[in-house]
Amino acid sequence: MGCPDSDRMIGELRQQVASGLPDSGVLNWFSAKYGPTILAAPIRGGFDNAAWITPLAVFLLATVGTGVLISVWLKRRRPGAALVSIPGHAVDNDDLRERIRRETQY
Amino acid sequence: MTASGRLGETARRAGIASFIALSCSAFALVWASFTNDYSVAYILQHTNRDLNTAYKFSALWSGQEGSLLLWAWAAQLLRLRAAHASQGRRPPVGLCLDHPCRVQVFFLLLLNFAAPPFAIQPGPLAQDGFGLNPLLQYPEMVIHPPMLYLGYVGFSVPFAFALGALMMRYPGEKWIHITRRWTMVTWLFLTCGIILGAHWAYSVLGWGGLLGVGPRGKRLADALAYRHGLPALGHDAGEARHDEGLERVADLLHLPSDYSGHPAYPFGTGLQRPRLCPVFYRRLVLRLHHHRLRGLPVHLLQQKDHLKSENRLESLVSRESSFLFNNLILLTACFTVLWGTLFPVLSEYVQGSKVTVGAPFYNRVNLPIGLFLLFLTGIGPLLAWRSTSLRSIRRNFVMPCIAMAVMFAVCVIAGVRPWSAGDDMQAEIFSLITFTLSAGVITAIFTEFLRGASVVRTQTGKNLFASTVLLVRRNTRRYGGYVVHFGIVVMFIGIAGGAFNQSREQEMGFGDSVQLGSYKLFCQSFTQDSNPNFDTEYALLDVFRNGKKLTQLAPERRFYIASQTPSTMVALHSTLIEDLYVIYEGKNPDTGKADHQGLHQSIGELDLDRRHHRRPWHLPCAGT
Repeated sequence: MGCPDSDRMIGELRQQVASGLPDSGVLNWFSAKYGPTILAAPIRGGFDNAAWITPLAVFLLATVGTGVLISVWLKRRRPGAALVSIPGHAVDNDDLRERIRRETQY
Repeated sequence: MTASGRLGETARRAGIASFIALSCSAFALVWASFTNDYSVAYILQHTNRDLNTAYKFSALWSGQEGSLLLWAWAAQLLRLRAAHASQGRRPPVGLCLDHPCRVQVFFLLLLNFAAPPFAIQPGPLAQDGFGLNPLLQYPEMVIHPPMLYLGYVGFSVPFAFALGALMMRYPGEKWIHITRRWTMVTWLFLTCGIILGAHWAYSVLGWGGLLGVGPRGKRLADALAYRHGLPALGHDAGEARHDEGLERVADLLHLPSDYSGHPAYPFGTGLQRPRLCPVFYRRLVLRLHHHRLRGLPVHLLQQKDHLKSENRLESLVSRESSFLFNNLILLTACFTVLWGTLFPVLSEYVQGSKVTVGAPFYNRVNLPIGLFLLFLTGIGPLLAWRSTSLRSIRRNFVMPCIAMAVMFAVCVIAGVRPWSAGDDMQAEIFSLITFTLSAGVITAIFTEFLRGASVVRTQTGKNLFASTVLLVRRNTRRYGGYVVHFGIVVMFIGIAGGAFNQSREQEMGFGDSVQLGSYKLFCQSFTQDSNPNFDTEYALLDVFRNGKKLTQLAPERRFYIASQTPSTMVALHSTLIEDLYVIYEGKNPDTGKADHQGLHQSIGELDLDRRHHRRPWHLPCAGT
């Protein structure tokens, strides 16, 4: 908006569209003329694909990885599950009180 | 006094001296702006004599050098406040504030060597400045950057305390109690800043409803991830450790993209903006980040015993797990924005040519992440702490599932049919999923309120409304959280509404009319105006709906004299359900008619802006 160059560029695009070029042809012509920075997103293939793949890979790794990690933790814990203390019985009440006191004094 | 005590006192006094020096510097720059001192290069480049008083003041943060100065000043102010408020508390404040002090040294180095705000303009003294960037001559821009900066730097305090507690191996979550008020106030600043910035970007750039996809939004996501972990603390002390790690990672992710700014921000400090960003500065930012990244594994390894949770996750299907997943997804969204911000630099390094990573990238990549987040927002509150039984799942999920099925059917009947949408299939798929999930989440939230209120009603005998009020007052954190969830859902619905946008470009002469959705625009007249700062021409358009006149819109096109730059001022008719957005693109010299672009946006004013999807290119000034 308010760009001194955009009117001219839009005019060029309209000319190309009017000349009957397909969308991909207009796109190639436009990016060849002004360079890849004119494209709104990295869509040239090659290394540009990394821009799209990496977030997806991180997303999948984060979700699947966390799920797997939690499952592994749970499996490891299962043999000792019987040893889980019952609150109010096995926990040392003095220790618990001391911890509560510590964490609430401020 | 011991040696360490004397050192601490020296640090405190140095902090005060630094704050006084930065305050004087900021005042001097504002003074130079008001007195039109064009011997200062920054003032010459960002102001002019006829600039409005408010914008002369905002010139302080209109360029990179001034932004850095404001940032350093705000950081020092908050740091001093934190030091004062936390004296005598544990963990030791000196240790906690060590990290922000290092960051401050970085900023002061930049201000002194890389981007000095008081550099003298060589050559003869200019009579007038080049003017403020027209995009910044907008009311929101007077207040948006300071709010945002206070939000940014404010979060360094909880982070610093987290780090201090981690380094000193302080037990429990006391650091969170100490910094809770900080977190809330900082959250408020960040929220206000982002809302103002989003509205500015929407009105000026045309795509700002999703400003949250930018680095600033990412900081909000960082903060959201951090804040989101807090409710779990009452149930699992181990989460405190998780949050320390989380905040550390979040800070690492936020640093380079925050400091790198966004290409849409002229006041930002840009890794992507070579003119404003000397190579030295870029190297400095990346080097600093590299050090922090390298230090993270070592630091976490050193503290791994302390980071171990005292409690364990007992089930994959539990509220603790949903918190963990939620925070990881928020961090993934942060990473996506960081990646998008740094990718142009990486591309230049690898391919030798820079690429643009703009709105289409963020819209496409963040949408699946956002939908997963929405899904977790819905199921999280329905899961029990520790472990959820199958019976409980069946009981809690029945109503949301019914709501989702009903909403899916309603959407299909109303015409949201991706399979027959052609080019718009992707947008309609996302809209359909969003509306369906939103119905489920809203039902889940209301069910939670209703269930709690029913229990209170049984106990107290009060009516349902009074019981709900009492319920919320008894547990503000939990039910406040649900209200926040509701807000998030409304935001998602607004974004999904972008699939129904209608856009039309048309030349209009006197008496011409154009139909856009249910609106009819009638061109009344064109007129011109002038003031010392800019010349303007605008159109007067009457807006009708169902034959009844609703309002008159006056979209403008301005020409700023000092900078010799044109700019448009959008005319907006905004309602809760939809917006009418009209841009006046100026008169066509061939026909003498005015060119208008109208955008009719349904459901909220958040803009997915299909215009950008349809145009795979961007024009250099269209979004910058």
